[in-house]
Amino acid sequence: MSFDLQEWYKKNSKEKILYSYLGAISEQKISDILDNVEDILTENGENVKLLKRVYYTAVETLQNLFHHSEVPNSKIDENTAFEKVVAFILNEKLDEKYHIITGNFIKKTNLRILKERIDQLNFLSQEEIKVLYKLILNNEEFSEKGGGGLGMIDLVKRTGNNLNYNLYNFDNDYIFFSLRIAI
Amino acid sequence: MESIKIERTRKTPNVVFNAETGKIQIEGKSIPENSIEFYKPLVDWLEEYGKTPQKQTEVNIKLEYFNTSSSKCILDVFKKLETIHKTGNSVVINWYYEEDDEDMLEAGEDYQSILKIPFKMIEMEE
Repeated sequence: MSFDLQEWYKKNSKEKILYSYLGAISEQKISDILDNVEDILTENGENVKLLKRVYYTAVETLQNLFHHSEVPNSKIDENTAFEKVVAFILNEKLDEKYHIITGNFIKKTNLRILKERIDQLNFLSQEEIKVLYKLILNNEEFSEKGGGGLGMIDLVKRTGNNLNYNLYNFDNDYIFFSLRIAI
Repeated sequence: MESIKIERTRKTPNVVFNAETGKIQIEGKSIPENSIEFYKPLVDWLEEYGKTPQKQTEVNIKLEYFNTSSSKCILDVFKKLETIHKTGNSVVINWYYEEDDEDMLEAGEDYQSILKIPFKMIEMEE
């Protein structure tokens, strides 16, 4: 059976959610989502440290979606146009942790490098992550998409948690990639 | 040399670079999708300022948030300041962070460990 984006979104929005979005991503949309996330956490009276960590995680994950999402060749479903469609879900706090779930399409040819990067980060200790962060911060290169290669490392460094991902086959060339981070 | 004044936006900070007073300030959020575009004029300005800097340059960084692509650009700003410091001029970076924002303090300490330039960590009470 092929991947059904709407079903995936429904299933992942089942838990108690604070905010969720499924649709096209743009710079403007990112600003809107971030404003919403900040307002919700502030209204909830969340403490500065956790509020900022959740906000940072939202910034980095949304900007990763913006820079790295692809538009599959085949139509996603009847209701979705050919555009850079992404999902972003912020769950209510559970056992003292918030969870952010994101989803986007990527080319299968880019999968190996992404998986390797995440698996490597999940394997490192928090001390090793801190050393790696400083090494890459001080390395002058920027990737062609403007990222410094720091985004994923910073997520692990700040949250102190592993990046959990799932892969769903979409068609011959594209995979739906979902990422879950506890904060 | 002309000063730089940039008003804050939803994603970029308020910036004041004043060549006459030697005061430099970056304040607010720095989370643009394209950080290089925002910071390049600031780095270029510092390159020019570095030719005839004030004897004392005071740098005030009061960031609420910055994304990882800004973090590299901020390091570029600091590296220009480090060059000014190395040529015998006084440069101090005041790194402000909100009370309880350990991550912002740690970010400042990361820069401090990479650079040879005096940093002051200043906690702001809520």
